[in-house]
Amino acid sequence: MTDQMMSHCPLTPHLGLDVAASLLLAVAQQKNLEGYVGFADLPNQVYRKSVKRGFEFTLMVVGESGLGKSTLINSLFLTDLYSSEYPGPSHRIKQTVQVEQSKVLIKEGGVQLLLTIVDTPGFGDAVDNSNCWQPVIDHIDSKFEDYLNAESRVNRRQMPDSRVHSCLYFIAPSGHGLKPLDIEFMKRLHEKVNIIPLIAKADTLTPEECQQFKKQIMREIQEHKIKIYEFPEVHDEEESKLAKKIKDRLPLAVVGSNTSVEVNGKRVRGRQYPWGIAEVENGEHCDFTILRDMLIRTHMQDLKDVTNNVHYENYRSRKLAAVTYNGVENDKNKSQLTKLDTVEGISPLAQMEEERREHVAKMKKMEMEMEQVFEMKVKEKIQKLKDSEAELQRRHEQMKKNLEAQHKELEEKRRQLEEDKANWETQRQLEQQKLDATRTLEKNKKKGKIF
Amino acid sequence: MEENDTDPTEQVPCTNDSGPEDHTQDHATLNYVGIEAVLDQMRRKAMKTGFEFNIMVVGQSGLGKSTLMNTLFKSKVSRKSCTPNYEEKIQKTVHLQSVSHVIEEKGVKMKLTVIDTPGFGDQIDNDNCWEPIVKYINEQYEKFLREELSINRKRRIPDTRVHCCVYFLPPTGHCLRPIDIEFLKRLGEIVSIVPVIAKADTLTIEERQEFRKKIQHDLQANEIRVYPQREYDEDAEDRILNDKIREKIPFAVVGTDREHQVNGNKVLGRKTKWGIIEVENVAHCEFTNFRDLLIRSHLQDLKDVTHNIHYETYRVRRLNDSNVNGLGLSSLSITTGENVL
Repeated sequence: MTDQMMSHCPLTPHLGLDVAASLLLAVAQQKNLEGYVGFADLPNQVYRKSVKRGFEFTLMVVGESGLGKSTLINSLFLTDLYSSEYPGPSHRIKQTVQVEQSKVLIKEGGVQLLLTIVDTPGFGDAVDNSNCWQPVIDHIDSKFEDYLNAESRVNRRQMPDSRVHSCLYFIAPSGHGLKPLDIEFMKRLHEKVNIIPLIAKADTLTPEECQQFKKQIMREIQEHKIKIYEFPEVHDEEESKLAKKIKDRLPLAVVGSNTSVEVNGKRVRGRQYPWGIAEVENGEHCDFTILRDMLIRTHMQDLKDVTNNVHYENYRSRKLAAVTYNGVENDKNKSQLTKLDTVEGISPLAQMEEERREHVAKMKKMEMEMEQVFEMKVKEKIQKLKDSEAELQRRHEQMKKNLEAQHKELEEKRRQLEEDKANWETQRQLEQQKLDATRTLEKNKKKGKIF
Repeated sequence: MEENDTDPTEQVPCTNDSGPEDHTQDHATLNYVGIEAVLDQMRRKAMKTGFEFNIMVVGQSGLGKSTLMNTLFKSKVSRKSCTPNYEEKIQKTVHLQSVSHVIEEKGVKMKLTVIDTPGFGDQIDNDNCWEPIVKYINEQYEKFLREELSINRKRRIPDTRVHCCVYFLPPTGHCLRPIDIEFLKRLGEIVSIVPVIAKADTLTIEERQEFRKKIQHDLQANEIRVYPQREYDEDAEDRILNDKIREKIPFAVVGTDREHQVNGNKVLGRKTKWGIIEVENVAHCEFTNFRDLLIRSHLQDLKDVTHNIHYETYRVRRLNDSNVNGLGLSSLSITTGENVL
């Protein structure tokens, strides 16, 4: 790593800044740790959390009746999901294809698995089998729809995953090739669910016949461009050899058994014939162990991931694209950002724009309405105020009038008083004069006497 | 044309094991008329003219019909082996192909015709897939009828009527499917049907028993009459024999044309990783019972039933119809001077 950096930076050693910059840029590359940090324990944390939560897995089995589907499920999970009391197909022949779910909780080593088996009795059994795949497609779509709704809710703490993670399709061991029904069914469902084709009742075929049959089936699958479940690429050398071995043996030829027989002192699951015993778990006899390992031990999580990332996303984009208005100009938005090449129509980005626009328009409308309401209220208030003002004015005037009246009255009274005062003054003066006159008289009289 | 060591088809019981020359000695005894000798005469005639046998195989593709035919007659008589560049492809419609061979054994010649029905039950929509078959069978009856009613008819009318129809049931282990019931109902009226469980090496012995019981129950429930039909048992002896056969119907058969070594013997069988299925071993499968029924004991009976019962039914119906409609057949009947029903 340092060599690369050295080649980029100039030879002058004192420009340490360059080195420092490239060191920062190289942070995303792998660095060797100098000590033990401890995040190597992360997988364990994930593991512990998952174990507490438990796992869910939904498996669908499709095929004509009498191909050993129920027996295989019993053998796979070593439980009697379909016990002998369960009504067999002879009691279940109906006019239309039914879709039945059975749930079972299996515990092993502290790990819980909620296993749902979806069965399709009546598939391919009628004389006219056109559209017998429709109930199956409807079921898968309804599960996707439930998940989509659950995802879009506000409160999504418990989101049960009931989507169909894998579909085991049973091919009858004719030894020739695929039937038209097989091809039709697989063509319609390979975009919705992980299809794992199996050759049922494989103890009918000799090893050479089996090889030829498998080759023929794979050829036909490729010819019709059916996308069956692909095993993911592994980087490990040994694992990739194993994966290649599995790929060579596709489709898997399986044999199931409800009964166990004695072979060399051991009890194994097998089928007892007069000419020998076909062992279910013997790799030479059939591919049952490969199927079980692949389905449960190694690829269960991958099946769930592919369902979530590919099939569910396909469904979701198709569903949401169909809901929005189709007049949106989507050519410019068919961008590099979307990896989904199966989306027909509008890409999600344009859709988001559209949604935003709608939202904004809605907001504006709401605002306008609120404004109108506000205005109305204001007007009312003003009117009220005006009224009260007028009222006050009136009162004011009235009071003023009263005051003036009183004022006048007072003036009147004062005038009266003044008048009276004036009168009294004059009278007094008169009286005074009179008095003065008398007094002088008196005085004169007195004076006169002396004399 | 092939010879092999198995017994000839007829079981004519001879009171004297020696040949016809010995009868001349008995002319001396008073009670002996010589009617017995007619059997020898018949035998000689039959050997000269040979037999005809037409067998039809019906079933979904991949059930081993051609293989079984090859195994039955120990030669490559099926369509698969005869057409060059044969490619296994599922046909879009049902059409019938017939292949004829002449096989010989100990001087007895048999013209065997195998009629195959590729495309039956293979489509998604199998409605009326039995109609081409019904049509074919009726056509053969019609041909025979016309030949019979013509003015200059041949001495030996070529018999292309279907004497036996082998219906292959897939070894589901559960019960008869709707398509099986439909086919068996319709064709049980016009031809002798022998149902067999194909690829019986899929089923263990217990499963076979159960499957057989269920099928017999279903057949009874739907009033389907398979060969040997109960109504045509002629006497008590026949009835006993046929009852035994009826218990075993349908036969669980396995076919193959490969040979393997078992205990120093060469046997016909299928080799799997867990054992060799011997076709002619009664403990393994019922092929020998089936073959005996078809060839060794009831071949002539099949032909007789076809001629006396099925063909006659057809003839009556046809002539009735033509009388009512005034078709061309009525003109023929006038010239032959026969009083037609």
